[in-house]
Amino acid sequence: MTTLAELPNIVPALPELFLALVIMALMMLGVFHKTGGLEDVKASRLISLLCVIALLLAIMLVSALSGNRLMTFSDMFVSDTFAVYCKVLVLTGSALAIVLAYGFQERHDMARFEYAILIVFATLGMMMMISANDLISLYVGLELQSLSLYVIAAFQRDDTRSTEAGLKYFVLGAVASGMLLYGASLIYGFTGTTNFDQLAGLFNGHGGDTVSIGVIFGIVFIIAGLAFKVSAVPFHMWTPDVYEGAPTPVTAFFSVAPKIAALALFIRVMVGPFGGLVEHWQQIVIFISIASMLLGAFAAINQRNIKRLMAYSSIGHVGYALIGLAAGGEAGVRSVLIYLAIYLFMNIGVFACILCMRRDGSMVEGIGDLAGMSRTHPMLALGLGIFMFSMAGIPPFAGFFGKLYIFLAAIEAKMYGLAVIGVLSSVVAAFYYIRIVQIVYFQELDEPLDKPTGPELGIVIAATGVFVAFFFVYPTPILSAATAAAAALFAG
Amino acid sequence: MTHIPILSLLTFLPLAGALFILSIRGEEGVVARNARHVALWTSMINFALSLYIWINFNPATADYQFVEFAVWMPSLNINYKMGVDGISMLFVMLTTLLTPICVLASWESIQVRVKEFMIAFLVLETFMIGMFCAMDMVVFYIFFEAVLIPMFLIIGVWGGPRRVYASFKFFLYTLLGSVLMLLAIMAMYFDSGSTDILSLTQHRFSVDLQIWLWLAFFASFAVKIPMWPVHTWLPDAHVEAPTAGSVILAAVLLKFGGYGLLRFSLPMFPEASVMFTPLIYTLSVIAVIYTSLVALAQEDMKKLIAYSSVAHMGFVTIGAFTLTVQGIEGSIYQMLAHGVVSAALFLIVGVVYDRIHSRNIADYGGLVHKMPSYALIFMLFMLASVGLPGTAGFVGEFLVLVGVFQVNTWVAALAATGLVLGAAYMLYLYRRVIFGTLTKESLTAIKDMGLREKVVFAPLVILVLWMGIYPAPFLDVMHVSVENMITQIETALQAGQAVSVAGQ
Repeated sequence: MTTLAELPNIVPALPELFLALVIMALMMLGVFHKTGGLEDVKASRLISLLCVIALLLAIMLVSALSGNRLMTFSDMFVSDTFAVYCKVLVLTGSALAIVLAYGFQERHDMARFEYAILIVFATLGMMMMISANDLISLYVGLELQSLSLYVIAAFQRDDTRSTEAGLKYFVLGAVASGMLLYGASLIYGFTGTTNFDQLAGLFNGHGGDTVSIGVIFGIVFIIAGLAFKVSAVPFHMWTPDVYEGAPTPVTAFFSVAPKIAALALFIRVMVGPFGGLVEHWQQIVIFISIASMLLGAFAAINQRNIKRLMAYSSIGHVGYALIGLAAGGEAGVRSVLIYLAIYLFMNIGVFACILCMRRDGSMVEGIGDLAGMSRTHPMLALGLGIFMFSMAGIPPFAGFFGKLYIFLAAIEAKMYGLAVIGVLSSVVAAFYYIRIVQIVYFQELDEPLDKPTGPELGIVIAATGVFVAFFFVYPTPILSAATAAAAALFAG
Repeated sequence: MTHIPILSLLTFLPLAGALFILSIRGEEGVVARNARHVALWTSMINFALSLYIWINFNPATADYQFVEFAVWMPSLNINYKMGVDGISMLFVMLTTLLTPICVLASWESIQVRVKEFMIAFLVLETFMIGMFCAMDMVVFYIFFEAVLIPMFLIIGVWGGPRRVYASFKFFLYTLLGSVLMLLAIMAMYFDSGSTDILSLTQHRFSVDLQIWLWLAFFASFAVKIPMWPVHTWLPDAHVEAPTAGSVILAAVLLKFGGYGLLRFSLPMFPEASVMFTPLIYTLSVIAVIYTSLVALAQEDMKKLIAYSSVAHMGFVTIGAFTLTVQGIEGSIYQMLAHGVVSAALFLIVGVVYDRIHSRNIADYGGLVHKMPSYALIFMLFMLASVGLPGTAGFVGEFLVLVGVFQVNTWVAALAATGLVLGAAYMLYLYRRVIFGTLTKESLTAIKDMGLREKVVFAPLVILVLWMGIYPAPFLDVMHVSVENMITQIETALQAGQAVSVAGQ
């Protein structure tokens, strides 16, 4: 591709630029749209729809970049197959999150057009995170994402829980960002560069022992900051409160897209620039992985609120994903990528089911409210049952395959202890997943939930349910995509 | 040989039936009736298909037959592969025979959520057949563990008063065992580069690795069999499950463990198996004697039969680890016989439970006066359970004892006491339920078995006598496969010894 010599090559960043332009245009549209009552709802519907279309177009644009490794903006931005894979997942997650919020917004006085735009803003940040090839672009992308997320968490302005969630998320998130930035500056101070490729070259030739203690400190701070973003133990404290407080479609969004983006970033940073220092960071990742799995398994047992329960469940899932990172190598990264794809569809499906839990027009969130659902909503109960068994990792559902690849990577890396702890905690976690199945199927009718409103939730549940239930029939596409993505990361 | 994918057809036909039932809509009564009929016909057709396998099966070879192969996960070299040999074919037959019987037995006793029940049952059949036909470890594992889902629902939704406790215990116990096996399968995959069962049988694992792998597999199979002391989920699950659930649980699911030991632990880890044989003998003898004594003290009929199952499965594990032709054939035969007999016994309990809604032995007595044909059938299966010559139970137990006597007379002697105790608790049960004077108020109006119930028992009666009087057709089918397996194990053991001698 030929460009003017003075201008940076914009092709690798085309999807991001496209989304940025769309956001600006849609903001204008929103601002100049008529306001008041029904008009707000109309504007929010229109812009949600346009945002979903824009995200789908961005998926196509991103996919077109697959196969090559392109760098631009003074090597601060990279687009490779790994980035393409993760971006497609993130964009899918964001699009689904907007769809989930479609009816919810109107019913809960949340119909403001900024919602969809903020999600696209956050998505733009995530895409920049995934493509970051420099500590500075990493930080800029991360902050764009985080600031949008803080606002969305508090989007239900009149609800104290939502505003509390936003504030909590903001304060803790700012501390984490600060730690990450401090780590980045330590790295810069001790190496003299922020570029990932240069860092990788420096450490690869360096051997493990002679590396300066300052760099190790820097890595620890960066890991702490990233662990906060993926809500891994011991930086998970915000997760249950934010998940519970934020409006449910927002929680659904939080549990997938930002997590996938942050994990992709985590992988890129650990494998890329710090790949030569693997013996220094591996034990940290193993520790947070084990701690997350155990906490996710045990702390969720006593939860009665389904959103809180899902918060702990997502902590546990991050623990499993980190096993793949700890195992390292192409197989490890590939297993994380497969896990993330499956996790995306499972989680969106569960949250679509949670959004259907309404009684007398308002949301209910206790797991006891699901009692007898199999009688009144048989298809919804079937979907939730499939998702729960899949989350627990029971074959033949997709969740099992996610765990299968993760543990394959761990066994290949001879991390038997980690694998054994992993499978045992998955048995503990199975307890609370099947308890939901028990409430749905075994308990007698309490007071029926409302009939589902609007077709969008049903479509999402059906689509994700079919994916989760029949993943085993033809796993090859995701498998080979993840293989290519993992290979690209190591080739570069 | 054949180009029809008969095993896949057999495996997935019930699933298709289940999806069909799922699509039935309409009034509740109509849906229930249609669901019952679809389930019955699907399982009958499946049984007919399995007869095709039985007829076309070549007993002269130990090779897997009707083999199917499809590329599944090429990047990992994990493929979909199905096939049966002389051992697994018999279990497939057992499964396809019992499913229609179970559907028929639940015809009237399941009145709520009939549609869901039939779906769960057909899905269960798919998983069970798939498990016995799988020739790839990962495919095997998927079916093996997937069975938990329908069984969990069957116990939990249609079970008795303590069904939640029982279903959770069942689910978590078995899951805990199987996840360790999953890790072992992965370790085997990286050691040998394949998950194909045939090539894994040929692969020689180092003895150190074998020990760990054997223990991991044992964790899974011991829970499934179940062996003492991890058998405690079984009485709970049996007591709470609906009749058809108990039948399938006792008749087929318990065989997963024994089948797994024979298919994987023995041929793949021969050195470790020999090393752990004393452990198996000890646990099995304890199971035989201890659970027989426990059965003697039971007040609940289903619990008594559940404990008797544990005792009978003790014979299976003893026989399998004798590594003699008689012992292993006896162990397989015992599993098949137990599949038929325990299924019939649970159905027998189900017959009176449908009428009186009690499983307490004390609530019965003198039934012979009101239910003569019931008493006759009960007697037949009671005696088969005891191991009376001429019934299916005798052949298996006798072969096991012959096999173990060649290897270890003490174990044979102790196991034989289990037979005496077995006779004691079964006869005691029979006396309390059937004989005596009929004094209970609630029993005065009890009716004898109806036509549907007799139809349910007819194939089992025929089979239990056939297997007892003329066992040759069954033994012939498994004989070559068993001999081949023993040869393989012995060759592996000798090769291992040669290596260690050379090392010295």
